[in-house]
Amino acid sequence: MTAEPASNHTSPLASRLVRWSCYSLSLAVFALSLCAAAAAQESPYIVTYDHYMEEPGNLEVEYFSTFGTQRGGNDFHAFWMEFEFGTTAWWTTEVYVDGQTTFSDSTLFTGFRLENRLRLLDREHIVNPVLYIEYEQTSGADKILKEVEGHDVESDFSESNGQLRKEHDHELELKLLLSSTFKGWNVALNPIFTKNLSPSEPWEFAYAAGASRPLGLKASPERCNFCPENFIVGAELYGGLGDARNPGLPNTSHYLAPVAAWNLPSDWTLRLSSGFGLNDHSHRLLLRWGISREFSGFGDMVRQLFGGRM
Amino acid sequence: MKGKSAYLCSRALTAVLRTAIAAGALFSCWTAAAQMDAAAPQPHGWSAAAVQARVPQSARLRKNPFEGNEREATAGEKLFEEHCTECHGQKAAGTRYGPSLLQEEVQQASPGTLFWILSNGVVRRGMPVWSKLPEPQRWQLVTFLQSLRAHSTKPAMERHD
Repeated sequence: MTAEPASNHTSPLASRLVRWSCYSLSLAVFALSLCAAAAAQESPYIVTYDHYMEEPGNLEVEYFSTFGTQRGGNDFHAFWMEFEFGTTAWWTTEVYVDGQTTFSDSTLFTGFRLENRLRLLDREHIVNPVLYIEYEQTSGADKILKEVEGHDVESDFSESNGQLRKEHDHELELKLLLSSTFKGWNVALNPIFTKNLSPSEPWEFAYAAGASRPLGLKASPERCNFCPENFIVGAELYGGLGDARNPGLPNTSHYLAPVAAWNLPSDWTLRLSSGFGLNDHSHRLLLRWGISREFSGFGDMVRQLFGGRM
Repeated sequence: MKGKSAYLCSRALTAVLRTAIAAGALFSCWTAAAQMDAAAPQPHGWSAAAVQARVPQSARLRKNPFEGNEREATAGEKLFEEHCTECHGQKAAGTRYGPSLLQEEVQQASPGTLFWILSNGVVRRGMPVWSKLPEPQRWQLVTFLQSLRAHSTKPAMERHD
């Protein structure tokens, strides 16, 4: 795919809608073609992680979109798919594949990520720690903004895709996921430490924090789409904290995002988040939405495929 | 404009399909490796007594706020179907991944004990923590489990009569 020259005008709304619909439909069909569904009680966070792992043997397929505004460049629609697998009750492994369309520019595959989350303690405690280790191989054109690190700022994305894709990053990302659940509330805090594997690059720091609560704490006896317990609402706060050479808040971007999740009895989960930039270095708006479904028995299927016994 | 939209749509579709294929291939390899490394799930082999022995005394004594409430038991049954049948079976009789919840040790356990196990899981044995369900929903599940006791003892009582 070759990059076309960027213009400073966004493409017409109809054209965007067509493209968005194409992405969404294809990915939804891909997800649907997989195995039997399992019910899920998913959190509404898109950036922050709580301490809950994927159930053993289950596969969760997730598709997310981020529409971002861009000053000094073209708005963009970044998208990613997540395949999250519960290897055991204390180990979840995940693969991400990222892409983006910059309006009036081009559509790119921008990289992949491999992630592992390890639950450190057997029981529930007031604060529950989970270790998160991720390797990512992305191009400079990656715009999913799954986390905002170091001195990441809006102007980093103002160049054309043709220029941005020339940069290739191999990064190791470590997070300590701290999370607590009390009286229906979940509060989570994720300190983030990222190292570009190029030796000259310093460690970068970031944070993500979130709080959420279901609208109803008791389940109703009937299966229903609009029962309050199916909706979880909350807010996320995330941003960069500089790097090892220049730690702190100067030249960093930060976002506050109300979030909501709708866990449908048909085993689908919909998420919506609208992130507002909190300073001049941030994108003004990051509108995100996601759809996911959990499938049971995926581990057995893989084991059978490779000759294992059921 | 239409031509441009169609062109963009076709490029977008191509990109999405490539992405999906790459993702599928990558993920299959990754999970296969993970599955080979992880111990294959064994028939659960849980000892209900050993699991219950881990429950602190203060937790055992907690009372179920919904005890005997049929509406809450029905809600608990719905939650059980949504979250628990995969391992414990449709009728709570157990599968190779989770023990029967009809067995005497479980049915004789105090509501507080069941609530604690539900909240903390048996993580090293494959049972996840379920504290992501709000506390009232966990009590609804306990109420449902307790209602199974009534059902399972009924025939015995009838026989006794």
